[in-house]
Amino acid sequence: MTAALDREQARYVAAQAADARINFEIETEGMTLNLGPQHPATHGTLRVVAKLDAEQVISAEPIAGYMHRGYEKLSEVRTYPQVTTLVNRIDWLGSFANEVPFILAAERLMDVEAPPRAQWIRTALFEMSRIANLVLFAGDTALQLGGQTAAFYGFRDREYVLNQIEAVTGGRFHPNFDRIGGLKDDLPKGWIADTKLAMEKVRGFCDEIDELVTGNEIFQARTRGIGVIPGDVAMSYGLSGANLRGSGVDFDLRRDAPSGMVHPELDWTVHTHPDGDCFSRWWIRIQEIREASLMVDQCLDGLPSGPIMAKVPRIIKVPAGEAYVQTENPLGAMGYYVVSKGDLGPFRLKIRSASFNNVSILPWVLRGVYVPDIVSILASLYFILGDIDR
Amino acid sequence: MSPDTDTSTTPAPDEAPAEDTVRDEVLESMRDRLVAELGDAVLDSEIGVGRSLWVRVTAEAWRTAGQVARDHLGCRWFDFLSAIDWLPSPYGRYEDDGMSPPKEVDPTIVTGVAGGDTRFQVFARVVDLSDGSGLILKADVPEDLTVPSWVPVYDGADWHERETWEMFGITFDGHPGLRHIYLPGDFEGNPLRKDFPLIARIVKPWPGIIDVEPMPAEDEGAADGDAPAETTEGGAE
Repeated sequence: MTAALDREQARYVAAQAADARINFEIETEGMTLNLGPQHPATHGTLRVVAKLDAEQVISAEPIAGYMHRGYEKLSEVRTYPQVTTLVNRIDWLGSFANEVPFILAAERLMDVEAPPRAQWIRTALFEMSRIANLVLFAGDTALQLGGQTAAFYGFRDREYVLNQIEAVTGGRFHPNFDRIGGLKDDLPKGWIADTKLAMEKVRGFCDEIDELVTGNEIFQARTRGIGVIPGDVAMSYGLSGANLRGSGVDFDLRRDAPSGMVHPELDWTVHTHPDGDCFSRWWIRIQEIREASLMVDQCLDGLPSGPIMAKVPRIIKVPAGEAYVQTENPLGAMGYYVVSKGDLGPFRLKIRSASFNNVSILPWVLRGVYVPDIVSILASLYFILGDIDR
Repeated sequence: MSPDTDTSTTPAPDEAPAEDTVRDEVLESMRDRLVAELGDAVLDSEIGVGRSLWVRVTAEAWRTAGQVARDHLGCRWFDFLSAIDWLPSPYGRYEDDGMSPPKEVDPTIVTGVAGGDTRFQVFARVVDLSDGSGLILKADVPEDLTVPSWVPVYDGADWHERETWEMFGITFDGHPGLRHIYLPGDFEGNPLRKDFPLIARIVKPWPGIIDVEPMPAEDEGAADGDAPAETTEGGAE
């Protein structure tokens, strides 16, 4: 850790300590608190071992690997179309978004481009999986901070989006719909009108959540000023998505390094928040649900006609080469580094998943906080275990 | 937001639209600055697929290259760090049916973009967030499988190096604690090495081998390589 970051850390710890007016002269015996692997705040099976001094965390160590499935090894014996089935299961709340960067990387190596209609539908489904993912985040975060009602709203309203994804792909959680060179199928009849209604409902959900949770006094007390991550630290750890923008860094891959989707042609805003605390990360995600629902509307309005598949060979062999494609997924930047040797499957596939980097900051950010704040911080950093363990 | 940063629609270098040359210039100046700082430590570089910049440096200059990228090129955002094992898998793609003798695999090591001389390479990507231009750094891993750690430069490298150490057996000199991150503590072997067998495939052959039916009018395709014939429809199920 560099000296500047060290100073940052010292300031952070000092601020937390001063807040509690802990008297360091009293000798207390430390204790170890084990969170998880089955704690609801861990979205699966992340274990956090925290060493405590009274209520304050001295050090915390996240332990991952309870769900490691070895996708990088498995993909070496699969063909390219088979890999999408695997990567679907990385972030299972927004599965379609997982397929897109892999397909784009393969398309780039093959020098194939999906037809415009496929690109527009792809973008719509990509943003819909973001909504499905983040709506649950809103409900779940509120639940972890003690607000049961929002969780039910979250599960209820996610259905509207999942139903639409199911109507077009046939799968609620694992669509496996993206193909090298386009999409498996076109949209079913009547889908566009139904989806627009669903997007209306999603925006209604955001308003509801804002009234119910965002303005709530208890929620604010538990999130404002908690788990502050400065922009420098966030960049050094490679945080991405709302976690990075919540630290005031104005970077969104959809705007700043778009790849193969139609985001540059849509009218939308990137939201940032200067505070870097749990509340700012929450706030940005709620704004992103709104923006995504507007983007889906625009995608459906601007949908061009034409084919949904480019001409690709029946047996897909990807020419030798290396390509890296990264997209702004619901959890943050997700990238695939594909090494091909002209074979039916990848020679090596490096999966850069957002949550792996997002969680690696936990030892830094948990130092000096209080036990109840661990839950706020874990919830606001928002990770999916499949996305850490792969 | 403007479409001129879109790098995906690049067909081929010779017919690349004018916007892409701008992008190339950014990457070329990035490469030039890196060469100016590192000198001979830069072994090779390439601007390749998707308008990405690859630079290969010596293993001794691995950490310095990261420092230069962060301090002089503005690449302050750490993306990932990992490794590649270029050895062709002695097990092929596990396409043997278990009855016939295993196919011969050519053990010649062929490395990829920006070249290389060793079986293992580490590679990492860092990004300048002001314009979104990324830099992929590569380094050959010497015989003793040790390269300098990036943790003093990028905090995020900590977990990535632990993963690379566990999966490839590459040691990072100066890392604060190389411990297992995914696998159980007493696990032996390095799963992502090509000579580490995928045991599930050895115990039970891939059912795809049995299911393959020759495609109509695809006989030529099926004849070259006995691999499962994949179609664009439904192949992934």
